[in-house]
Amino acid sequence: MVDTVARAAATGDRPQPYAELGLTGEEYQRIRQLLGRRPSDCELAVYSVMWSEHCSYKSSRLHLRQFAAKAPPSDALLAGIGQNAGVVDIGQGYAVTFKIESHNHPSYVEPFQGAATGVGGIVRDILAMGARPVAVMDALRFGPADAPDTARVLPGVVGGISFYGNCLGLPNVGGELAFDPCYAGNPLVNALCVGVMRHEDLQLAAARGEGNKVILFGARTGPDGIGGASVLASASFGGGESAKRPSVQVGDPFMEKLLVECCLELGAAGLVAGIQDLGAAGISCATAELAAGGGSGMRIALDSVPLRDPSLGPAEILMSESQERMMAIAAPGDVARFLAICARWEVPATVIGEVTGTGRLELTWHGELVVDIAPETAADQGPVYDRPAARPAGQDALAADDPAALPRPRTGEELRAALLSLLGSPGLADKSWVTEQYDRHVRGDTVLAMPQDAGMIRVDEETGLGVALATDGNGRYCRLDPYAGTQLALAEAYRNVAATGARPVAVTNCLNFGSPEDPGVMWQFTEAVRGLADGCAVLGTPVTGGNVSFYNQTGEAAIHPTPVVGVLGVLDDVRHRVPIGFTRPGAQVVLLGTTRAEFGGSAWAQVAHGHLGGRPPAVVLDAERAAASLLAAAARAGLLNAAHDLSDGGLAIALAESCLAGGHGCRVSLPGDAFTFLFSESAARLLVAVLPGSEAEFAGLCTAHGVPATPLGTTGGASLEVAGSFAVPLDELAATHRGVLPALFGSTEPACRAGD
Amino acid sequence: MTARVGIVTFPGSLDDRDAARAVTRAGGEAVPLWHADRGLRGVDAVILPGGFSYGDYLRCGAIARFAPIMADLVPAAGVGLPVLGICNGFQILCEAHLLPGALVRNSGLRFIDRCLRVRIEDTGTPWTADYGPGQEITVVLKSGEGAYLADEAELAALEERGQVVVRYCGGSPNGSARDIAGIRNEAGNVVGLMPHPEHAIDPLTGPGGDGLGFFTSVLRQAVTG
Repeated sequence: MVDTVARAAATGDRPQPYAELGLTGEEYQRIRQLLGRRPSDCELAVYSVMWSEHCSYKSSRLHLRQFAAKAPPSDALLAGIGQNAGVVDIGQGYAVTFKIESHNHPSYVEPFQGAATGVGGIVRDILAMGARPVAVMDALRFGPADAPDTARVLPGVVGGISFYGNCLGLPNVGGELAFDPCYAGNPLVNALCVGVMRHEDLQLAAARGEGNKVILFGARTGPDGIGGASVLASASFGGGESAKRPSVQVGDPFMEKLLVECCLELGAAGLVAGIQDLGAAGISCATAELAAGGGSGMRIALDSVPLRDPSLGPAEILMSESQERMMAIAAPGDVARFLAICARWEVPATVIGEVTGTGRLELTWHGELVVDIAPETAADQGPVYDRPAARPAGQDALAADDPAALPRPRTGEELRAALLSLLGSPGLADKSWVTEQYDRHVRGDTVLAMPQDAGMIRVDEETGLGVALATDGNGRYCRLDPYAGTQLALAEAYRNVAATGARPVAVTNCLNFGSPEDPGVMWQFTEAVRGLADGCAVLGTPVTGGNVSFYNQTGEAAIHPTPVVGVLGVLDDVRHRVPIGFTRPGAQVVLLGTTRAEFGGSAWAQVAHGHLGGRPPAVVLDAERAAASLLAAAARAGLLNAAHDLSDGGLAIALAESCLAGGHGCRVSLPGDAFTFLFSESAARLLVAVLPGSEAEFAGLCTAHGVPATPLGTTGGASLEVAGSFAVPLDELAATHRGVLPALFGSTEPACRAGD
Repeated sequence: MTARVGIVTFPGSLDDRDAARAVTRAGGEAVPLWHADRGLRGVDAVILPGGFSYGDYLRCGAIARFAPIMADLVPAAGVGLPVLGICNGFQILCEAHLLPGALVRNSGLRFIDRCLRVRIEDTGTPWTADYGPGQEITVVLKSGEGAYLADEAELAALEERGQVVVRYCGGSPNGSARDIAGIRNEAGNVVGLMPHPEHAIDPLTGPGGDGLGFFTSVLRQAVTG
């Protein structure tokens, strides 16, 4: 028997399984106060998912307000935080929307589908804004590369991203791959999508217009990700009959591709009055947010939802996280055309209800009212917690453990060995094993992709307008100092975008942390958010949206605080882009920025000594800004053969990567302690190769922008040579760099070529 | 007069836009064709583009071959209409029995996206006439089920009749028999190609402009032929 609103009012003292659904006693009492009675089972289902950490941001919301409060003045934002994704004006009538989101926990449980549906979810967020998704990126972090479980998780995650993204026809243009023991059992799978639209195409998640129809379209609803709802089922119906149900959703990229084309055609035909994707919390979230967003009411017949499993009850339908679904609002006169376009794309579409003027979200099940709530109480008025935060006790000892005490390579031979050992470490090795599994060419607008500093997508074929995107995060820096570490992640992504010649304009973020109920983790989180908000204010790049992932921990052991920051840049003409590779001899190699002896949290300390301690590199945001404007000017003037940001592994790794990417070696002289110059990770530094004949003009630009420039040598030859110290042939560099991931995760080549 | 090249969009086609761009860059007119429609709109040639038609369900290309437009395409190909199937298009042509053999999972069992060298073995087709015999070009391979297979007798016959149009240089990356990257039918008008020439038409967005020759070839053939 269904637990209707009337029944709930009549049986006020019936015990309900709120704790099993993840609600606290206080939260349950608050629901009873809001309703003036006990919630029905369906209402309890709605509140439990809408007030979950994942949907309500109850532990983070208080802190995230800083992003808006401290946002730098920017006239580029068309829509910001609170929408499905931020929207940025990039000129010429175009706007871009981008967002990064985590799918960490599902990717550990079932790596392939967990990662695949992570791609699907973020793509629908972008689609819901009215934009055509044009590219994806993935920031991935795993346990030790040689751990047995990494051999299960990593190939599954990469395979899932490859399966979903390739079939969907979105180029994968970049991302990250990092390894650290702290991610064993808690891999981080953060997926980013970017979409393009004309200004007038912007759609908003709001249900307005009494009498307008509510249309659910896309895949049928099945029992995906509704582990929680089975508690209700068993509590209400005596238990026993509910089968074991998957907690991880299964993706169908083919349906998503049809949904993308269908949505864009519906938008272009002017048939969409409001739209929302269905992600976490499914129909609960879409109905509550659309109604709350429009300040309206909504009446929905849950029994009209097309089902993949006809045994589903109303609470399960409300909580289902089946993939590839969207919900739209359409005027009654447009419904026939709406449904015809869906039919042309073979996308199932059903009118399930209408917009009302009551201000209530009313859901019925075979004519009986099972939900009757004010939608904003579920969507916007969830609990907000100011959780206790305290600097962890070991933080000072960690900072005091200075890497200056570690033994360092001194001789040329030792420095050479140190370079090769870094270059051959899994985190710095060539990523082709991963990136070759992704289609980076589809759509034909990919200007830069892996292993470049940023992905770059052409937006307009006539004018050459394009966007660049990079994501960065460094859990080691953030463990040492979450405020500075987050600013360093922001600075690195900003620098990566700038290195291509693009102008950084906006920021998204995915904040991966342990349990917010641990005051030490909460301190890390508040420091990271404060660092990012302050950093964005200095760099002039507003945060347009983001995502928080808590509870990335196993037992008491949390991951390193790992905010991943995505930066979007604009290039007026992508033909001016600057790649990382030395593609010609005779170019002047110049180091930009100031090198200090900074090894805290460095790749060298990790690879050579397994050490994490001291202070991360100093944050120098004014210098980052100056370097970015210098790069944009030099790219526009066509002075550069290559530019590459310096980050993990410092100048040594940057030189090796530029040689390998372009196929030409170089000979450099270092004006000081060779170890410091090669392996320090001081921020705000880049490596550039200046075209012959442009040296004086470039030097003048450096002076004008106030960027310290140190000429180091010249490109050319078949080796990377540090004068007076060592040389490594490119063949040896390549073998060291490229062999690592295939040796760990299996070759992609045919087992035997002989005799074909 | 500009030649008109039809490009078929199936549900799940992905590189239709890229094929259209390549035709346009080569100087032709790209004509969109919809899988569910009948009639070829009087085009001079047809491209079946890459992608995942019908999500690769059942088998790559196995459902697309039953699309309504194929009922017009198959007979037209039989009387000489130039047809190029790229990647998923190649798979559809094999499923439709316009070309012999089959494409199966890469021997490394993973999807591969890679710029690589291939050799043009046959310049006698309408799609390869602008290349020199034995010319090596750089194109993009991106597929998970790109290994060309046929039985030994079929392979020997293909070689004997000179139906191998394109071969991988330096060994196949996916386990294709005899390093085959592309073949033609006996008449020569139908060509199937696993690598993507449409992604190699501009150094800005691909490995160079080597792939453009497939599109200029067919345009020349359509105008002069």
